[in-house]
Amino acid sequence: MTAPGNCTPIFDRAAAEERAVFIGYLPVGYPTVPGSLDAMRALVDPGDGPGADIVEIGIPYSDPMMDGATIQRAATRALERGVRVRDVLAATEAVAAAGATPCVMSYWNLIEQYGCDAFARDFANAGGAGVITPDLTPDEADEWTPATDAHGVDRIYLVAPSSTDDRIKLTADAARGWLYATAVMGVTGARDTTSEAGHVLTQRIRRISPDTRVGIGLGVSDGAQAAEIGAYADAVIVGSALVRTLIDADDTGRPDDLTALRALTSDLARGVRAR
Amino acid sequence: MADNAPEQDRNLAGQRPWDGRELPDARGHFDRLGGKFVPEALYAALAELEEAYEKALVDPDFGAELNDLRANYAGRPTPLTEAKRFSVHCGNARIVFKREDLNHTGSHKINNVLGQALLTRRMGKKRVIAETGAGQHGVATATAAALMGLECRIYMGKVDTDRQALNVARMQLLGAEVIAVESGSATLKDAMNEAMREWVATVDETHYLIGTVAGPHPFPKIVREFQRVISTEARQQFLDTYGRLPDAVCACVGGGSNALGSFADFIPDASVALYGYEAGGDGVETGRHAASINGGSVGVLHGTRTYLLQDEDGQTLESHSISAGLDYPGVGPEHSYLHDAGRATYEPVTDAEAMEAFRLLTQTEGLMPAIESAHAVAGAMRLGRRLAQTDPDARPLIMVTLSGRGDKDVRTAIRWFGLTGEVDATQGGDPVELPADRAAHAEPRPEEL
Repeated sequence: MTAPGNCTPIFDRAAAEERAVFIGYLPVGYPTVPGSLDAMRALVDPGDGPGADIVEIGIPYSDPMMDGATIQRAATRALERGVRVRDVLAATEAVAAAGATPCVMSYWNLIEQYGCDAFARDFANAGGAGVITPDLTPDEADEWTPATDAHGVDRIYLVAPSSTDDRIKLTADAARGWLYATAVMGVTGARDTTSEAGHVLTQRIRRISPDTRVGIGLGVSDGAQAAEIGAYADAVIVGSALVRTLIDADDTGRPDDLTALRALTSDLARGVRAR
Repeated sequence: MADNAPEQDRNLAGQRPWDGRELPDARGHFDRLGGKFVPEALYAALAELEEAYEKALVDPDFGAELNDLRANYAGRPTPLTEAKRFSVHCGNARIVFKREDLNHTGSHKINNVLGQALLTRRMGKKRVIAETGAGQHGVATATAAALMGLECRIYMGKVDTDRQALNVARMQLLGAEVIAVESGSATLKDAMNEAMREWVATVDETHYLIGTVAGPHPFPKIVREFQRVISTEARQQFLDTYGRLPDAVCACVGGGSNALGSFADFIPDASVALYGYEAGGDGVETGRHAASINGGSVGVLHGTRTYLLQDEDGQTLESHSISAGLDYPGVGPEHSYLHDAGRATYEPVTDAEAMEAFRLLTQTEGLMPAIESAHAVAGAMRLGRRLAQTDPDARPLIMVTLSGRGDKDVRTAIRWFGLTGEVDATQGGDPVELPADRAAHAEPRPEEL
């Protein structure tokens, strides 16, 4: 089973409320570093009700293997506008101060160059809870495991519909906090319909590792889909649809306009409560 | 000097059973390098590929089919050509080219592609995707796909589709779909990103036919083994022709597949010095280059830990080279390992040095190298001159792998040398082009009838 971690209390609270956890992804640095912090605060508190429980803070990367066009576009612009890896610490503090649980999504090389142990230490000191590593699996985590243990950071690994039972067990045993299950074979991006594969994968994980908390990501874009997934998963992860609202605002010359982000956040927060 | 004793226990080129080697280890590591840094979604496919490869390794039918394709389709073994007129420019060295440019499709790329296409068929997959820089790997992949009835999609950076238009057309004529990638630097790195992303989404029916010794395990190992044929043949050819091994083996390094193929069987031969020549672009000191080992540091890119060009945050830096095939900010992890272990020496060669070698080789031997290969040619010239200074009496034997031919690079060469493509008729003699009235009435030659 996945060991309990920093994110466990929020999963417990949502379970007590008979709802799923809402995890929202936004990249630091887009549309700007301060603008992204404002967007994350709006994601936690959209103004007319609850928002995201966990903010998944993306660190923009030049070669994102798991990201679709929407997130890649925002990340590329953030890099062009000068975002640095260390900016993730300010975002982590902002999310924690706003009352949500901060997690980070980072491709491995950025953490490796920062220094495995130093990253876990600084992130934990900023109030960070867990780190999602799309291109680091437990197989290559020789340094990451002790670093995250030493600083009390959740290690959140991905599982996919193509994962064998053996790999699901290996991954669940190595993780802390929760598992990120990709609902489709593919990269990030909002899709019109949800996939049955997410449900099947969640059932497989529950069979192999009954106490593991499962978040479902990839392809979720609105409250109805969030409700559908929230009916069987412990958490619903939404990224591209949220980022799209920021890109639309940026493209129309109003990069600070968070109206659409707030509206979608409210819709998603209602969705995870509508199981 | 080299070990002069011919080894009778080695069979002739193409007949020696191909086998694995002790590195990488079971996890795909070359010491601290290599590995599998990929989304979990790809693990099953990498495991399937490794299993298919290991089973093929011990299947005589697979070896026989691959050897048949090498001999009767690709045109192996490729010869050695001693370049006597060119050698004059290389100190006292005797320069001997391993002629991978004579392979079907014009480069060494076909060696790997035939092997992986056979594996694709064994895995029951009907479709291949690939990334390409100069287009040689794309052309080879499209060729093997045509041969084996596989659907084929090739990702290529937009910058590269512009500078390698001829190869784009060749791929399209072979029935492949060519996707021009506009993200990032729009070169090989970004083509590889895009191919990786598509692979995550289509892995059930698609094999990602990686063209170099980079990427996650088991690709660096599999590609090395399919390219090993270069050194297996060359080693025996040197023993047969010269009665000894070469003193040095030189090859260009982008991802490094032709170099590793050229090095592989010589690695245990301590007397053979191994030289890899990276794309130095405008010069490593300018920051505009693609010399990952000489101008980079260790990090993780495209699923493997290796030397790469990166900033202090770990963001990949854009590479630069006149050669589309070397314009990649990483290098295969085994090259990084050979560098760390001190077994091979890696040096940068600038665009200008490579183009001068291109000109010199073309005009002294009638061999027009791919600009990639011209980096190795330039490096060998430098090495030969250096060795002559050290020991003026030595006549070192230097093997240089001509990894591909330069047809695809003529447009780049025209621009570099400031040619117009028009004939200068002002210096006397007859203009080559027929006047319009004569052309209209010219008798067709028999072969045109």
